Amino acid sequence: MKLSRLSAPVLLLFPAFLVLAAVVVVPLALSFYSSFTPFRLTKPESLYVFIGLRNYITVISSWDFWVAFGRTVLFLTIALNAEMLLGLGLALLVSKAVRGQRLLRTLMMFPMMFSPVLVGFQFKFLFNDNIGLINNALQSLGLTDQAIPWLINGNLALFSITVAEVWSSTSVFAILILAGLLAMPRDPIEAAHVDGCTPLQTFRYVTWPYLMPFAFIAMTIRSLDVARAYDIVKIMTDGGPAKRTELLWTLVGRTAYGDARMGMANAMAYFAIVLSILFTVYFFRKLAAARQQIGAEW
Amino acid sequence: MAPVSLKKLVKRYGALEVVHGIDLEVKDREFIALVGPSGCGKSTTLRMIAGLEDVSGGTIEIGDNVVNDLPPRARNISMVFQSYALYPHMTVGENMGFSLKIAGRPVEEIKEKVADAAAILDLTHLLERRPSQLSGGQRQRVAMGRAIVRRPDVFLFDEPLSNLDAKLRTQVRTEIKKLHARMQATMIYVTHDQVEAMTLSDRIVIMRDGHIEQVGTPEEVFNRPLTKFVAGFIGSPPMNMDDVTVADGKLVFASGATLPIPPKFRQSLTPGQKLTFGLRPDDFFPTGHGLNSGDAEAVAELELPVSITEPLGNETLVFVGFNGRDWVSRMLNPRPLPSGQSIKMSFDLSQAHLFDLTTGKSLVA
Repeated sequence: MKLSRLSAPVLLLFPAFLVLAAVVVVPLALSFYSSFTPFRLTKPESLYVFIGLRNYITVISSWDFWVAFGRTVLFLTIALNAEMLLGLGLALLVSKAVRGQRLLRTLMMFPMMFSPVLVGFQFKFLFNDNIGLINNALQSLGLTDQAIPWLINGNLALFSITVAEVWSSTSVFAILILAGLLAMPRDPIEAAHVDGCTPLQTFRYVTWPYLMPFAFIAMTIRSLDVARAYDIVKIMTDGGPAKRTELLWTLVGRTAYGDARMGMANAMAYFAIVLSILFTVYFFRKLAAARQQIGAEW
Repeated sequence: MAPVSLKKLVKRYGALEVVHGIDLEVKDREFIALVGPSGCGKSTTLRMIAGLEDVSGGTIEIGDNVVNDLPPRARNISMVFQSYALYPHMTVGENMGFSLKIAGRPVEEIKEKVADAAAILDLTHLLERRPSQLSGGQRQRVAMGRAIVRRPDVFLFDEPLSNLDAKLRTQVRTEIKKLHARMQATMIYVTHDQVEAMTLSDRIVIMRDGHIEQVGTPEEVFNRPLTKFVAGFIGSPPMNMDDVTVADGKLVFASGATLPIPPKFRQSLTPGQKLTFGLRPDDFFPTGHGLNSGDAEAVAELELPVSITEPLGNETLVFVGFNGRDWVSRMLNPRPLPSGQSIKMSFDLSQAHLFDLTTGKSLVA
């Protein structure tokens, strides 16, 4: 009786709202609320104790958290820049290919087809100090006679993880930049040659400004992964040795499920989300500016 | 300021040869137009001169230097592209000054030269804009400005007016002509539009299938075409042409219609010879409505039916049924002509062209 009095649009949208509320809004609200409680999985009743900003204060004053935070930013800065440069190089090479370009493009996308968990396992094996391919190769080539502890030495472990991450995500940059290269008009490049540019100057003054929006699209997409730098690390080192490769999300995961401190973990998670949003907004601004610059009509 | 000389210039793409050993001498400060239908190799030739395409054979000289293996930047040329090819991320001023900036010239000098070029092309108020904020005509002027700030030896134009509408085309055409007078530089201009070629150039090079058909002044290629192709390509509307057989004192058309042999050819033709007869619309007109060529004896008259008319104000194009087709005629001081009416048409045979049927070569040459 009462339902029939609602207007048709409201009635038709209602189920969608209901589903969204159930799977998104409620968990989000609940997790946000729980970040203001000392909620532990082992003490369910602690969910109803309100402690205000105490979790956030603890997080902010925790050295471990800031180390993980800084390491995450460092890790992503290095990984994104390396991916960007390698992707650009790959795209430029593939765009020069006269024959078999389609095959190369397909091959280039292979790493994107693997689940990050598989990539983690694969690189864990490659970097294994006893039976790994990399040590084996280095020793067979006579470059070293020692077993390099790739995943055990703190610095080397972060390096190894970066290599895995770069391997799996460079193709995102390569594909998008290649799309930019293929879409860009030939004439301005030729005009630059006539205007006196060396190949390097042509790239610097003409090609790169054209590609910048595409690079920033890739950056924006990848910056969302700030919130996902978890699986490869979890598999390869699980934050170890001695927290030397602890990133924000492994720390959050450990706090939430290892230590069962859900409230605290949620507070950290909200911090990490802010970081992710900041990265995204930054690159989005850059993208808008770059688009404006080349007068893009899309 | 430099002459350009092409010697036995060849362009091959794999097994496909598109330019077949052409020779051309462009004099210093000359404005030369390469004209021909699409696919004739004119743009490829221009791009080889620019250094944007490799040379497969022969040589290109600019000034006294063979430039075959020099990159474009070392040839001291400027090029204006059909698509303008402006740098979208730079302002008009930056676009125009780019080549000077790359050459490492001082900022003051760049500013001065850009301002000069902008004044010539009436772009001064647009210097801070970006190309995307300009109209097509303005963009093309910026492209020309970019070419002139460098004061190159040779200007190359690759169909610069094709993307403009008809009115702007005429306007920019005039600007290019003024520019040539002002810059005193060698200019090579590629176009498929014979009107552009005629109006702009000192000499016209007509190309077809990778060969040069004829090189000559606009007056020469119009009045004395060396081949049937040139005769048909130059002139608007095109020359009326049909195949004829020489008989006793007459030219016999396929339909059986006849015209007397034009006086200048009377000695040279033999009965039975197969030829192509050509007469421009200007030399084929309703009696009393054409130019008086002065040779009254050479004018033949026939009564022919009008099929349609296209009045243009000062003149009317009259399509007249002859030899089973419509021949086009240019009628000066026009009067209305109803379709279907038969009128007396004059053939000014002193201006007629005859071409060998198999080789297409002009008999007068």
